[in-house]
Amino acid sequence: MNLDSADAVSIATAVQQGKIKAVDVVKATFNRIEQRDSQLNCFTTITTETALKDAEIIDRKIRSGNSPGFLSGVPFAVKNLYDIAGLTTLAGSKINAENPPAIQDATAVAKLKNAGAILVGALNMDEYAYGFVTENSHYGATHNPHDLNRVAGGSSGGSAASVAAGLVPLTLGSDTNGSIRVPAALCGVFGLKPTYGRLSRAGVVLFSSSFDHVGPFARSVRDIATAFDVLQGEDERDNVCTKRPCIETLNVTSAEQNIDSLKIAIATDYFTKKAAPEVLAAVQKVADALNVTEHISIPEAHRARAAAYIITASEGANLHLDKLKSRPQDFDFATRDRFIAGALIPSGWYIQAQRFRNWYKHKVREIFQKVDVIIAPTTPISAPEIGQQTMILDGEEILVRPHLGLFTQPLSFIGLPVLSVPIQRQNSLPLGVQLIAAPYNETAILKVASVLERTGVISAEIV
Amino acid sequence: MFLSAKKMSHKKFNATEYVEQTALLLNFNLPDEYRDGIVANFERIQVIAKLVNEFPLPEDIEAAPVFEP
Repeated sequence: MNLDSADAVSIATAVQQGKIKAVDVVKATFNRIEQRDSQLNCFTTITTETALKDAEIIDRKIRSGNSPGFLSGVPFAVKNLYDIAGLTTLAGSKINAENPPAIQDATAVAKLKNAGAILVGALNMDEYAYGFVTENSHYGATHNPHDLNRVAGGSSGGSAASVAAGLVPLTLGSDTNGSIRVPAALCGVFGLKPTYGRLSRAGVVLFSSSFDHVGPFARSVRDIATAFDVLQGEDERDNVCTKRPCIETLNVTSAEQNIDSLKIAIATDYFTKKAAPEVLAAVQKVADALNVTEHISIPEAHRARAAAYIITASEGANLHLDKLKSRPQDFDFATRDRFIAGALIPSGWYIQAQRFRNWYKHKVREIFQKVDVIIAPTTPISAPEIGQQTMILDGEEILVRPHLGLFTQPLSFIGLPVLSVPIQRQNSLPLGVQLIAAPYNETAILKVASVLERTGVISAEIV
Repeated sequence: MFLSAKKMSHKKFNATEYVEQTALLLNFNLPDEYRDGIVANFERIQVIAKLVNEFPLPEDIEAAPVFEP
């Protein structure tokens, strides 16, 4: 078994069948991290000791005939804004490095461990999740495994790059405006942002609570579905977490499923402007594979992005207000000025943006009366170079950093479930395409992704 | 004191003044070297906010967050 490219389900199956020991899987993971991560800078902490202990426990359970769970012996890592018991939660910042260690794991971390997965470390990110590039002035930039001169995307850059480089098969990130989907696209892996409130955020450092989501990165659709199933469940520690019953999605990734009854359309207007030609070609490739010819316009998507920007800036600034006043010099220069500017936004602008959010939610709900899944690009371009300030789109020179989320922000704004699926291109950087559904309909997008994966149109290439 | 309508039509918004005054109001003690970056960011926010603020919403549309006592 090639552990560098095997998906989580394959590893778990091999471990459960006794074909490979969890301890050997974890040791191979640390070897790979040691060989590659000095170039990539995905990890900010490696948890060697606890991982080996946890792997021994998994192996003991299997020897005694017990099943440790769906993810037996699967190494995983989490963005460093997730609490890990015994470690300080950095959230990409220098300031939080002074905090005491977390006393318990974040709910999502605990759930993966309960399913038999083994935590091997914490991953790099933009400071306080405020960015799309993971160029962190305190902990360095995370490099894109497809081209080390390019960004991994952000803010969950370490989470995406470590999966793309074959360091770990499964990671967790967070997505407020695109921070799972953007790096997933730029690194060519799968990244799921479930419905807002679907997964517990307890023990995760928040950024802008109105939009904060957590979700997995992986190498296959069935891994995404498995992780999603494991991560669901009501949680009184997160008052946004849904009380709806859990759904099981792993079964929809099987070969017997078909998508003939699903109505699928390509997002037009806003989602076709300010996009490089190869990005639109990637969307068309997915549409062609699904025989989709319908187009649908999401009204006022540009205003949705604007409103998301205002709410994020206001809530993010408010969360860090004391530190912004008392020690602004300790913030990353890439976030500091934006945070402070956000603190100065008049309250009327924030309230108007929240009211617009409600209006837009109803409009988009009407669209989902007509279609089940919408296809749109994830990013306007492939991975930009590290340090690149501007890009030219539609003949206009615009800033890279705030615009990588052009196509992701109007969707997380109203909490829609979205899976970014990877499109590999020969001798070119990968791209992502968003599969979007109505709230709580993750099943539909996983079904469509499974069909695309089986036809070979989408895949997570390990480099 | 409020300006007359005639004077107001000639008065332009000054982002640097706004940032400085609001920062004072909120008890920020900002070093000079941060000012240009903050003003540039505020000007960017201002352009973006216009898109939201100019959009007419029905009066019965409430803000999205729900408070559950």
